[in-house]
Amino acid sequence: METVFGIDAVLLARLQFAFTMAFHIVFPAFSIGLSAFIATLEVLWLWTGSAHFHTLARFWTKVFAVSFAMGVVSGIVMSYQIGTNWSRFGEVVGNVVAPLFSYEVLTAFFLEASFLGVMLFGWNRFPPWLHTMASILVALGTALSGFWILSANSWMQTPAGHELRDGIAYPVSWFEVIFNPSFPYRFAHMMIATYITTSMVVAASGARYLIAGRCTREAMTMLRMGLGMLALLAPLQAVVGDLHGLNTLEHQPAKVAAIEAHWEDTGPADLVLFAWPDMQQERNHFELAVPRLGSLILTHDWNGRFQGLRDFPRDRRPPVAPVFFSFRLMVGLGTAMIAIGWYGVWLLWRGRIAERRWFLHLLRVCWPVGFVALIAGWIVTEVGRQPWIAWGILRTADATSPVTAVQVAISLALFVLVYFVVFSIGIRYIHRMIGKGPQAQQTGPDTLPNRPLAGGQPEAREAAAS
Amino acid sequence: MTGLEETLPVILALLLGLAVVLYVVLDGFDLGIGMLFFFYPHEHDRDLVMNSVAPFWDGNETWLVLGGVTLWTAFPKAFGIILPAMYIPVVVMLLALIFRGVAFEFRWVAKPRHRAWDWSFAAGSTLAAFSQGLILGGIVQGIPVVNQEFAGHPLSWLSPFSLMCGAAVVTGYTLLGATWLMLKTSGAVEEKARRLALPLLAALMAFIVAVSIWTPLMSPRIAQRWFSLPNIFFLAQVPVVTLVFAWLCWRGIRRNQPILPFVMAVAIFLLAFLGLVISSIPYIVPPSITIWQAASHPSTQVFYLIGAALLIPLILAYTVLVFWLFRGKLKPGEGYH
Repeated sequence: METVFGIDAVLLARLQFAFTMAFHIVFPAFSIGLSAFIATLEVLWLWTGSAHFHTLARFWTKVFAVSFAMGVVSGIVMSYQIGTNWSRFGEVVGNVVAPLFSYEVLTAFFLEASFLGVMLFGWNRFPPWLHTMASILVALGTALSGFWILSANSWMQTPAGHELRDGIAYPVSWFEVIFNPSFPYRFAHMMIATYITTSMVVAASGARYLIAGRCTREAMTMLRMGLGMLALLAPLQAVVGDLHGLNTLEHQPAKVAAIEAHWEDTGPADLVLFAWPDMQQERNHFELAVPRLGSLILTHDWNGRFQGLRDFPRDRRPPVAPVFFSFRLMVGLGTAMIAIGWYGVWLLWRGRIAERRWFLHLLRVCWPVGFVALIAGWIVTEVGRQPWIAWGILRTADATSPVTAVQVAISLALFVLVYFVVFSIGIRYIHRMIGKGPQAQQTGPDTLPNRPLAGGQPEAREAAAS
Repeated sequence: MTGLEETLPVILALLLGLAVVLYVVLDGFDLGIGMLFFFYPHEHDRDLVMNSVAPFWDGNETWLVLGGVTLWTAFPKAFGIILPAMYIPVVVMLLALIFRGVAFEFRWVAKPRHRAWDWSFAAGSTLAAFSQGLILGGIVQGIPVVNQEFAGHPLSWLSPFSLMCGAAVVTGYTLLGATWLMLKTSGAVEEKARRLALPLLAALMAFIVAVSIWTPLMSPRIAQRWFSLPNIFFLAQVPVVTLVFAWLCWRGIRRNQPILPFVMAVAIFLLAFLGLVISSIPYIVPPSITIWQAASHPSTQVFYLIGAALLIPLILAYTVLVFWLFRGKLKPGEGYH
């Protein structure tokens, strides 16, 4: 087989997918959460008439614009990559999963992309209700997009509603395809993850302004909304995650065995806190484990049993180490976020948050925690699916396009280069915008001369009154 | 083959055609706007030029995604052949679209240090347009297929013909951009757009004539399609109508009409596209795979059609709504940011 630096076309294609996906997933996740946050702010603004909600909504919309643009351009890459690098996947399962992608475009992408223009450029042009409506539609679009893409991803994990003829998947029941066994859990888990991720960024920004002693009113709102959501959703995520785990055990037992580094089913399972899994020797080194806790967590029974990795042929086991470590990272960060959320809400309730400087400083640097947990979770589920690209239907190694390794290698190098340059600059811009902080809008020279509705906006009224 | 299996791929092919046409019409002018950056050196002009498409570009580009997923959903075999065959131009297009897409936001955030994003916008738009032309030319000239798989070289798409198609698409999109600026802007920006539009129209027509002569010479199949009896009587109307539209476009530009030049430029594009479809039909991967051979399972096609029939009218309705909300000409110095 043709290779580049000893790496064959399959591995290169996998690296390319993993790399472009790891970058991409961050932006839509942030967009889903942030658009819901902005829509909420605007509804609060309409409801209460309080101008600082408007200031906050405008501020976060600017951040949203930059993040959304990066999500769009990195997303187009994903949809075309299925054809360039994974054409056999496209042909084998296309009958079943391709329409899910089509429905994502039809129901979600057009909605969010079309009303985004109104949301970004309509502040001074349209009445507040129309702008709020556009923001709600954008938020709805991002959530619908999550629905379809997670349905497609879940089908690849737990295929249903299809039949195989000559190795090709054909649809039998569209309802079963869309609502395949792991979909409800994965969808709930991912959506909550996006809201947690955004809440973390919002709360961290609030902490940042409070430390600096500026935009205090906006900062307190951000802390209340961010920490409040975190205190509510982070524990809920633990419950949903647990249910998702039970579902995975039922449908993808090899993945769970890898998550737990559980080699042999000889009795009630330990919970392995730390280990160095060795796939050659089929055992763990340096293991630190709590007896029976693994059984309790996975089967909700002290004496429960579940299959170990040795129960699966070697060529049907996922790589253990990345799955095992990513899972621990995700759970660890999730637990930390529960603690941050609860402690923060307690401080807010006692009215002491401004005094707890160490907590604010900690919170301030914790903005990426949600993203790291999200990517770790994604590694668990995707690497845990290996060696399959579509569980039980098609192996990843058999799914690539008839293209040369050199082509894949060069395009991978270009994607790495461009993504690092463009997206690191973009993330720096977002950082800078957040650094500047929200500013109440001035009716200055950059506003539109033909803005018929500017007089209807609270801050314009306030300006006129003062 | 049952009736359903015979008719469904035709309907899906029409849907794919619709997605491609809407993409070319809508994103064509905003890629053209990017290329026109080269002709507007002043910052305030560039602001205005970019603002004329800023609220729409995201929605416009979504038609490209719809085209891709429609090809995959309706004709998975064609998707699996065309994309590996066009690997290099597709990757170049994706990278170019990244540079141009982020520039819409980055440019404003970066101000006053935004020169790099001006370049990224202009060069990205040009390269994306050129790659799309390469892909178009690469498909029309034919893709080597053995056992229903792409069996060519990584550079099979590269030929004088595909390079010319690349140049033709760049020219055509720039014309669409220039006529869009005539529609949406005023003052010096509009005047310059009008001055650029005439030579662009002339160049586009030259490219259309060149493609029309080249394709039948290149392929006896295409020559047979156009010049056999009685086809020639029906098909001869295509070039005649194209010429009429070109004349109307020319007159509109000369008389400084705001809407007519853009509408006629779009119409010329549509006819050129129709011409290429007539040349290629019924093949979706010329010269070997027909739309029936490439089609997905009828259940897949029906499921997709139901969604498309319900949602595409809705999408068109709110697309029109958004264009209407931002109707009217932009004044110099006016911006949305």
